[in-house]
Amino acid sequence: MSEQTFFKVTVDGITIEVPAGTTILQAARQIGGEVAPPAMCYYSKLEGSGGKCRTCLVEVAKGSEKDPRPMPKLVASCRTTVMDGMEVKNITSDKVLEARAGVVEFLLLNHPLDCPICDQAGECHLQDLSFDHGKSGTRYEFQRRTFKKHDLGQHIQLHMTRCILCYRCVFTADQLTNKRVHGILDRGDHAEIATHIEKSLDNEFIGNVIDVCPVGALTDKTFRFKNRVWYLKPMDAHRDCPTCSGRVTLWNRGDEVYRVTARKDEWGEIEDTPDGKPGWICNTCRFDKKNASEWVIEGPRAISRASVISQGHYAGNVGMTIPTETFKAVNGGRAPHLLMDIHDESEVNQPDIHLGQIQGPSNGTTFNNKKDNA
Amino acid sequence: MQALTNKAQAVSRKPMTFLERLYLINIIKGMMITFSHMFKKQPTIRYPEEKREFSPVFRGLHVLNRDEEGRERCTACGLCAVACPAEAITMEAAERVEGEENLYKEEKYAAKYEINMLRCIFCGLCEDACPKDAIYLSETFAPANFTRKGFIYGKSDLLIPNPKTEADAFAEAKGVEA
Repeated sequence: MSEQTFFKVTVDGITIEVPAGTTILQAARQIGGEVAPPAMCYYSKLEGSGGKCRTCLVEVAKGSEKDPRPMPKLVASCRTTVMDGMEVKNITSDKVLEARAGVVEFLLLNHPLDCPICDQAGECHLQDLSFDHGKSGTRYEFQRRTFKKHDLGQHIQLHMTRCILCYRCVFTADQLTNKRVHGILDRGDHAEIATHIEKSLDNEFIGNVIDVCPVGALTDKTFRFKNRVWYLKPMDAHRDCPTCSGRVTLWNRGDEVYRVTARKDEWGEIEDTPDGKPGWICNTCRFDKKNASEWVIEGPRAISRASVISQGHYAGNVGMTIPTETFKAVNGGRAPHLLMDIHDESEVNQPDIHLGQIQGPSNGTTFNNKKDNA
Repeated sequence: MQALTNKAQAVSRKPMTFLERLYLINIIKGMMITFSHMFKKQPTIRYPEEKREFSPVFRGLHVLNRDEEGRERCTACGLCAVACPAEAITMEAAERVEGEENLYKEEKYAAKYEINMLRCIFCGLCEDACPKDAIYLSETFAPANFTRKGFIYGKSDLLIPNPKTEADAFAEAKGVEA
């Protein structure tokens, strides 16, 4: 093993030794917790990402041991490498917090804030960011920009108005697929994610753009409007996939698979497989395997307690086994005289409608309207 | 045992006198109280004919609101259901297709929306949570029913009449402004 130089860096008063060449953001993430700056465009699994959104700005109070002058401006921690003896202030610096609130305001300038409709709500980084670092109001008085709708094929839904132009999906297409067909067209206010002359994204690994998108700009059409993420049961599962790692998170309602995503770590990035490679998953796993029988279920996925997704979920293997019905046993072998089957009356979650099997979003005809004929 | 207060009275074990054994005086005393109530103001009302006014903060049966053009406001975002402490609200979302723009306000709408009124505790948190002004608690309460089935309220029970097509019913549902 070659000799590696280690640098000592202090983030918010916590000192850590990291190898030379590590960025401030990575060093802060090794410390973990609130010290790690948020990142909207930087994605550690994608080469060249970062430096665009400015949410990870930090203050460098001391450049290094040899040159202790502070850096004159806030620096983007995802692109600045550490120096020996560097002192970084993140949440302890008022300048950083103020700048970050400003950045959030800029990011939200054109954001439609249609979270009630958006499928990303509940796992959206922009929601988290504006909740943690933003201000409640905006000073913007003009019309928000809108775009002509682009169709990206049968699996991926693009909502350009929600996009924050982080370029993550562009890097994903560059680095995972052999030919990128989408990119950012036009400049400035008109810049938009699009394919040049309506093409569909149909590479086998292109579905990963959904997972890397920090907002709801790119979402899964097979999951569109099916359910809110926090009502679904995330389950770790795997299958023997010839093209990808096959290690995924299934999002179930009951035994129905509503959505398949890659497994994400605490930074919202794709988890590594045991052999150390990022666990990208292929389109077949993501879009076509919507039967629970096609997967080997490992168990419920651990979700951060602070996340809305963890509401109503219990630790351990609760919900993995169906409890035995004890009524007959304690009632001398008789079934109850009066037993209301909720499906006789309720029209929600009907056993004969399998939403997971429907390709696109459901519409009025999906639900055979018994009484609510709209 | 030490008494906690000085209000305790020892029970008298004295044998009753002749007058006391007749009970007549005590019966008369008791009847006096009974008859005196005939001349007092009645605290009760004759309910179905007479009705008490609700308090201005009364929270009753839910209504699903429409906008001025009669389109349903609810987009099935699920925030009412997640806020509901009794887990009484369930829904099923669907995408608005072309030609339904006059029915639903947003791209997504609640194809099914159910409130189990047996579970509901009328706390009003759904009203607080709603980002679209779609659900309100009205000044009526759920009428009695013989079966449990009758308490699962669907969209047809909850939706306010359309102000465009059923103006009279809408005005009636809206009630008088206080």
